[in-house]
Amino acid sequence: MRQMAQETPAGDLRLADLTRRFGVFTAVDDLSLTIPQGSFFALLGASGCGKTTTLRMIAGLETPTGGQVLLGDRDITGLRPYKRPVNTVFQSYALFPHLDIHENVAFGLRRRGIRKVGDQVERMLALVQLQGYGRRRPAQLSGGQQQRVALARALINHPQVLLLDEPLGALDLKLRRQMQLELKRIQTEVGITFVHVTHDQEEAMTMADTVAVMNAGRIEQLGAPADIYEYPATAFVANFLGQSNLLAAEAGGHAGDDVLVTAHGARFSVPAGRARLVDGPAFLGVRPEKLHLVDGPDEVPAGHQHVGGVVTDASYVGVSTQYLVRTAWGSELSVFAANSGLGGRLATGTPVTAHWDPRHAFLLPRAGGADDQTTPLLDEPPVGALP
Amino acid sequence: MTALAHVPTSAGSPAPPPARRGRNRLLPYLLLLPGAAWLLVFFALPLLQLAAASLYDPAGSLSTGYAMTWAVGNYPDALQAYWPQFLRSFLYSAIALVLALLMGYPLAYAIAQKAGRWKNLLLVAVVAPMFTSFLVRTLAWKTILSDNGAVVGLLRDVHLLGPDGRLLATPIAVVLGLTYNFLPFLVLPLYASLERLDPRLLEAASDLYASPLRAFARVTLPLSMPGLIAGTLLFFIPATGDYINAELLGTPNEYMIGNVIDSAFLVRLDYPQGAALSFLLMAAILVIVFAYLRRAGTEEVL
Repeated sequence: MRQMAQETPAGDLRLADLTRRFGVFTAVDDLSLTIPQGSFFALLGASGCGKTTTLRMIAGLETPTGGQVLLGDRDITGLRPYKRPVNTVFQSYALFPHLDIHENVAFGLRRRGIRKVGDQVERMLALVQLQGYGRRRPAQLSGGQQQRVALARALINHPQVLLLDEPLGALDLKLRRQMQLELKRIQTEVGITFVHVTHDQEEAMTMADTVAVMNAGRIEQLGAPADIYEYPATAFVANFLGQSNLLAAEAGGHAGDDVLVTAHGARFSVPAGRARLVDGPAFLGVRPEKLHLVDGPDEVPAGHQHVGGVVTDASYVGVSTQYLVRTAWGSELSVFAANSGLGGRLATGTPVTAHWDPRHAFLLPRAGGADDQTTPLLDEPPVGALP
Repeated sequence: MTALAHVPTSAGSPAPPPARRGRNRLLPYLLLLPGAAWLLVFFALPLLQLAAASLYDPAGSLSTGYAMTWAVGNYPDALQAYWPQFLRSFLYSAIALVLALLMGYPLAYAIAQKAGRWKNLLLVAVVAPMFTSFLVRTLAWKTILSDNGAVVGLLRDVHLLGPDGRLLATPIAVVLGLTYNFLPFLVLPLYASLERLDPRLLEAASDLYASPLRAFARVTLPLSMPGLIAGTLLFFIPATGDYINAELLGTPNEYMIGNVIDSAFLVRLDYPQGAALSFLLMAAILVIVFAYLRRAGTEEVL
């Protein structure tokens, strides 16, 4: 993270050692990161991880306990919110109920003393596909339309950075998908830096160029969505972003280009490029969709590694069937079998062998004593955006 | 749709069976009946009686009886005799309203938005004085403002008052009394609408380049307008007609129109004049209220 903060062209948003404490609780803990100008950046985390507090500190609505917020070369840490070239799309939209849509969108321009706002407002309403809605009140619009007004109201000011605080949280699934594409389209069109806070990993992955996974006030991992998903840095990330089968293991040093691993009495290996450590307690991780089920060890393709078990649960979810496979030592592995029409469904109680390509496995550090982690972290609902 | 035909209609569009429709249509009127009857007997009829009394022959008296002579001249006569008290009433209550707004708005705002867990206690503190009688509270002010009291003593010491300057029996005392007595009527409706104000709207305004002062003018003030209008009316109307404050804290030089009406009915026993003055006051207040509502925007109030 820190090495990114070396060279900063004007306009990059930089957080330097940003900290916010509420009493004894540290909401944001010594956070440093650089968000390049014009990028779509997502802060992903469960509620209470500090992502909204970070956003509010960038907006100026929260005062940091320590550290700096820099925009280009300009330190905006002490700047009042109304003096920052930053605008926010709030989780609750916070549209002004006493003003019509036109005046809501024009609010920022008018406060900066711009008189002729009509054309700009019309253009902005067209961008969010709300032409002709100018004379309505916010209460007369649907949730999706209000969300777009909130977006237009922020975008019209051409901020250097647009902050989005879970703006899609209140929408139903179909509308959310639609708005995700819409937001992405608008971001490409206007080229403003978007910082998007969300607890929805799928949303973060579909929209953002760069995702930062936050946990307990710190960034666990930062990178392109595919990179994070394919090679997570910590057990938290592996389970928060998608689902993982993490087996408690011991790494046992190099063997050629591989790292040797022992888990539950069996020996495995992981390519060195996919191992976060070489020695000591480790998690051997494989994503459920990278596991394949066959009848016995004889059928495992060459070069694949495998464990045996018994199918304890099979749930059919349309695009795939999700199996739980209980291993000899009692952990239940998740396996997603794509519903490609090949092969029948396995009944519970069937003895199977789960195998994977070692190039799809990854090795993560493990706190000594931690056991297998094969159940996903549940997405918490976005109640109480603070802290 | 046919598959859904057996599903009972949802709450949004109830289709009551036709047999009950007649009763349902009557229900609102039945609910209206007690209040309407009360108003008819104790407000509308006495009002008519008062209107009639205002047109009685002014030469009559309570002992000899009044003759109905449609004496429209009672009105200009009453105005001619008592226009200073009329003007004074509106002047005093207008000054009191300004003072009450200066104190009441910040107070209501603080209770609604900043008081936290003290909110209920503070609200009780605003309402508590009403647990005792209006008369007792005004008499207490007589003590507070008395010539030997601490307030006058202090003001004399800092030479804001002359060595024998006083507060009691001056217009200041009457205006202060009015301000104090009607303040809760202003604060409570204001509190109610400020309490509903979403602080996130102020954050949004701040995010959209509004300084705190402009956020107040553009967001807080317009959104508290319904409470502000209701509060000023609830303050101004009774304050203009009040006669207790001028009676107890002032002298005949501070008498307001309420005092004149009071004496016309109870001391001088000049019923036609008292009735004419009452109607003039009512008309003046109605004119002011309607002019005010037209200007302030009636959307949220009416």
